Amino acid sequence: MNSVALDARSIRARLGFAEVLHGIELSLPAARWTSIVGPNGAGKSTLLKVLAGLLHHQGEVRLLGRPPASLSGRARARQLSWLGQNQATADDLTAYDVAMLGRLPHQPWLGSPSAADRAAVEQALRATQAWDWRGRALGQLSGGERQRVLLARALAVQAQVLLMDEPLANLDPPHQADWLLLVRELVAAGKTVVSVLHEISLALQADEMVVMAQGRVTHQGRCSEAATHRALEQVFDHRIVVQPLSGRWVALPKL
Amino acid sequence: MPSVGADMSVAMTASMTDVTHQHRLAWVLGLGLLLLSAALAVIGAGVGSTGFESAWRAWSDPVAWQIVWDIRLPRTLGAWMAGALLGLAGAVAQGLFRNPLADPYLLGSASGASLGVAAALALFGVSPVATQWLVRLGLTGAAFVGAVAAVLLTLLLARGVQHTLRLLLAGVIVGVVLGAVHSLVTLLAPEILQAMQAFMLGSTGFVGWTACLLMAAVWLVCMVVAWMLSRVLDGLALGEATAHSLGLPLAPLRAALVAVLALATGTAVAQTGLIAFVGLAAPHLVRSVVKTTHGRLIFLSCLMGAVLLMTADMLARWLIAPQELPVGVLTAVLGGSYLLWLMHRRTGRSRML
Repeated sequence: MNSVALDARSIRARLGFAEVLHGIELSLPAARWTSIVGPNGAGKSTLLKVLAGLLHHQGEVRLLGRPPASLSGRARARQLSWLGQNQATADDLTAYDVAMLGRLPHQPWLGSPSAADRAAVEQALRATQAWDWRGRALGQLSGGERQRVLLARALAVQAQVLLMDEPLANLDPPHQADWLLLVRELVAAGKTVVSVLHEISLALQADEMVVMAQGRVTHQGRCSEAATHRALEQVFDHRIVVQPLSGRWVALPKL
Repeated sequence: MPSVGADMSVAMTASMTDVTHQHRLAWVLGLGLLLLSAALAVIGAGVGSTGFESAWRAWSDPVAWQIVWDIRLPRTLGAWMAGALLGLAGAVAQGLFRNPLADPYLLGSASGASLGVAAALALFGVSPVATQWLVRLGLTGAAFVGAVAAVLLTLLLARGVQHTLRLLLAGVIVGVVLGAVHSLVTLLAPEILQAMQAFMLGSTGFVGWTACLLMAAVWLVCMVVAWMLSRVLDGLALGEATAHSLGLPLAPLRAALVAVLALATGTAVAQTGLIAFVGLAAPHLVRSVVKTTHGRLIFLSCLMGAVLLMTADMLARWLIAPQELPVGVLTAVLGGSYLLWLMHRRTGRSRML
C-alpha cells in the first residue's frame, strides 16, 4: 500500500508568459482529504491542473508512485478524476448523459454502457441528490443543481484520487454539509480527495491542509494543528481568526 | 410536422425527469423525419413545370418517365443528400467549436469553393447555365478542391487543431481573404457574374444520379466516422480540460472531426452551391425537440437538414412554377428568420453565445 497519492517535485508552471508556480514541493497522503487554501492568485487551481496532468509544467509529478506519462490517457483517467472550476457546461446534455461521461475511461471505444457503468452513474447522481432530475438538460438547471451534476460526473469515474476545484461553488448549506459527509465516506473507503476551497471553515474540516501564497506552498500540516492555524492567519494578512467551536475549528473575519 | 411537435410537447410536460423518455423522443423524431422524407420524395416526383400529370403518365409515356426519372427524382433525392451532409457538418461544427452559432462554412470552405468556381469559370470561359457535363464536372471539381484547400489553409494558419479560438479566427481570416480574391476575379472577368450568382445562391437543379450516388457515399462515410467520434464531442461539451482529464486524445480526434467537416461541406457545396442556413438551423431544430448525446444528435440533424432542404427545393420549384426560385434564396429567408428568432430567445434568457 502506497501512502503517498500524489508527489510533486520542483513544479514550475506558467500561464501565458507569467510563471505562476515557483518550485512547488508537495506530497499528498493517500486515503486522506487534503484541502488547498490561499488568497486569490496563489496558484491553487493551476497546481491542481498540474497534478491532474492537464497543464504543461517543469518538474516531476508522481501519481500513486508512478509518473503519469507511463500510463495511457485512459488508464490515468481511471485513477484520477478532476473537477474544474468555471468549465463549459454542456447545456444540451441531460444530467444523466453528463454523469455517464465520467464512465468514458471505463468504456470500450464503441461499446454501450455496461450494467456497472449504469450502477456507478446512478450511485453518483444519488450521492449528490441529482437523481430526481436526471432527464433534464443542464441548461434548464440552476447553478447549484448544475454543480451537483458535475460533481456526480467526477464521482462516477470512481477514481482512486479525486481533485476538485471549488466543488462547493453555488451549493446551499445543506448540500455543502452533504458534500462533507460524502468526502468522509470516500476517504473512509480508501480514496484520496484533494480540494481547493475558498470557505476556510469548510476547508478546516479536512484532514490535511496546504496553504499557498504567490505560487509557493507556505505551510502543510494537519488541520487541527496550531501551526496550521497560525499559517492560515498569516497568509490572509491576519484578517481572519481561527477559533475552536464545539470541538471543531472555524475561521471568522477579524473586525 | 405540426402534429409530431404537438405530441412531443404534451409528452414532455408529462415526464420531464425520465431519461428513457428522451430516448423515445429521439426515436419518434427520427421516425417522423424519415416518414416525412419518404412523403416529400413522392411529392417531389410530382412537382415541376409539367405538374403531377407527368408522374401519373410516367409508366406509359416515355417522355413523362424521363422527366420524372432523370430530372425530378435525382434532384429531389439530391436535395435530401445535400441537406443531410450540411446537417451533419453543422452538428459536427457546433460540437467541435462549442458554439451554437457555428456553421459548416466556418473554416473558410464557402469562400474557397466560390473562389474555385470563379477561377474555373474565368479559365474555361463563360457558360452561364453550364449544361455540358464536362464543364459541370469541372465546376464541381473546382468547388470541391477550393473548399478543401481553404480548410487546409485555415489549418495551416491556425497551426493545427489544438486551439479552437485560433482555428475560428483563422477560418474568418481565410474567408475574408479568399472572398476578396474571388471579388477580384469576378471584377476582372465580369462576364462570369451571372453564372457565379447561381452558384452563390445554391441550386439543386443540376443534381443527377451520379451526384446523388457520390453524395450518398460521402454521407455514409462521414456519418460512420462522426458517429464513432461522437463521444469526443460529448466530452468536449464539458470543456477541453475536462475532456482531456477523461483520457480522450484530443488532437488526433479533433483532426479527424475537421476532416469529416471539410469532406461533408466540400461535397455538398460542390454539388449544390452555397446553400445558406441549413447546416446552422438543423442541429438547433433537433435540440429544441430532444436533448441527447452527439451520436443521436448528428444523425437526427442529418435527417432534419435533409427534410429542410427537400422542402425548400420543393417550394423553389412550386412557388412560381413554371419558373423556379434558387433554393438558396428560400433557405436563406427561412433560415434567416429562424436565426433571428433564436437570437431573440437567447438574449431573452441572457445567454447569448
